[in-house]
Amino acid sequence: MEEHNQKTVIKVKELVTHYGSRKILDGVNLDVKKNEIMVIMGGSGSGKSTLLRHVLGLNSATSGSIEILGTEITTANQKKLYQLRRNMGVAFQGGALFGSMTVGENVELPLREHTNLDEKTMRIMVRMKLEVMNLAGVEALMPSELSGGMVKRAALARAVIMDPTLLFFDEPSAGLDPVVSAELDELIILLRNAMNMTIVVVTHELESAFKIADRITILDEGKIIITDTVENIRNSNLTQVQDMLNRRPRQKELDTEAYLDRLTGDRLQ
Amino acid sequence: MRNFVEKTGRETIYYVEHAGMMTIFLCSCLIRIFTRPFQLRAIIKQLHFIGAKSVFIIIVAGSFTGMVLGLQGYYVLQRFGSLDMIGSAVALSLIRELGPVLAALMVVGRAGSAICAEIGIMRTTEQIDALECMGIHPYKYLMVPKFIAAIISLPLLTCLFDVMGILGGYFAAVVLFGVNEGSYFQGMYSSVVWADIEMGLIKSFVFGLIIVWVATAKGFFLHLDRSGAFGAEGVSRITTKAVVLSSVAILGSDYLISAILL
Repeated sequence: MEEHNQKTVIKVKELVTHYGSRKILDGVNLDVKKNEIMVIMGGSGSGKSTLLRHVLGLNSATSGSIEILGTEITTANQKKLYQLRRNMGVAFQGGALFGSMTVGENVELPLREHTNLDEKTMRIMVRMKLEVMNLAGVEALMPSELSGGMVKRAALARAVIMDPTLLFFDEPSAGLDPVVSAELDELIILLRNAMNMTIVVVTHELESAFKIADRITILDEGKIIITDTVENIRNSNLTQVQDMLNRRPRQKELDTEAYLDRLTGDRLQ
Repeated sequence: MRNFVEKTGRETIYYVEHAGMMTIFLCSCLIRIFTRPFQLRAIIKQLHFIGAKSVFIIIVAGSFTGMVLGLQGYYVLQRFGSLDMIGSAVALSLIRELGPVLAALMVVGRAGSAICAEIGIMRTTEQIDALECMGIHPYKYLMVPKFIAAIISLPLLTCLFDVMGILGGYFAAVVLFGVNEGSYFQGMYSSVVWADIEMGLIKSFVFGLIIVWVATAKGFFLHLDRSGAFGAEGVSRITTKAVVLSSVAILGSDYLISAILL
């Protein structure tokens, strides 16, 4: 993709956030360009899901700014934020389908709430989106009757039902077998190509990230250590990046004195 | 000493913050009752869940409460030779106090706990986040139908409770103990005035509001709960808290309303 000529649709600047006294994000800067697939990677607890929640406007930051489609969301009022979200689709890690509704009703919900379409048109649109996701004929099923992969695809169908400009996908491969995971990767690429979406995917699956990403951002302990193309990430000399790519456990220096204190119980007194 | 002061300060700040958050939540939900779109389908669904599904338990509880009142009333009033007062004793106790309070406590146990657990699970499984990300306000979509359904259902359930209680009292006093049927109903006619019914209805309206407010707010703010428990444990904790808090709030507000209206 010709990334240099693309307009920036998401701009995160010096984002800092705390949970209590713990710093979760530490001066994060990130630009996502129009029509690209940006994959945010990092180990558990690195802050990638927190970053996603901030970009979605679900959490408030300690400092910094987040601009989405030209709107500064850290200072935007609720009305503006809700309007902006109509241009965004989000597929959550667990699907977040409503258990009391059928799959069809779940996918139809944004249309019912935001449009004046008649029942028949809504049904056709739902069927179309479900077919794109290889879920034809499941409209009447309840979410509890679907497999893990089907739940994720149904969530994706709901996320794209309004044809959003931006699509966010949290951990698409988590808990799925490699075949289903690969199918989801194909779907993400298809959505970008067919619907001209900008897609942000949060994952820790290397194979999936390399397959779908135009660019990858790697987070470590709340800081972005690199944002680059797949090829440059592969060739990076950064230790953290190489540790992640080669699945090497992190080497921590052992403080022998503190360790002995812990063993003898001195630190507890 | 310093620890004690620090702890007291922390607790005070927590409770003040919590009360403020709950109050803002209530006001936001109440304001949204009057804004479009009106979720008729969701309101009917909630009326069915909170109201219609509570009918059986209200009939059973109301009947037994009335029977106990009839039984106790018979033995007490017999000592004073005032058996003709039994109808008014049963009716007034039910309409002014027991009907609204017991009906509300039944609804807390049946619907309040379920509402709290439902919203709590929606919070833990990111369904509430999903709603927000779809540009759908969770207060409007999830809470408002429950608020409307509860403040419509509670007065109706209370009326049903009162009627069943009066019939239960009739069964105990008239059918079992042979109190004169005419004096049972005549006492009721002569002693119950509109102000008594009005008091019962005001109470049931307020109790309906309390039940749904506490249940929805506790579930909605599950992630901010001080215990830090999330998931299944968090849901079970906040459900227990919601039931206890609603029950205590019902009894406390019952006294307040009685004191104001008497």
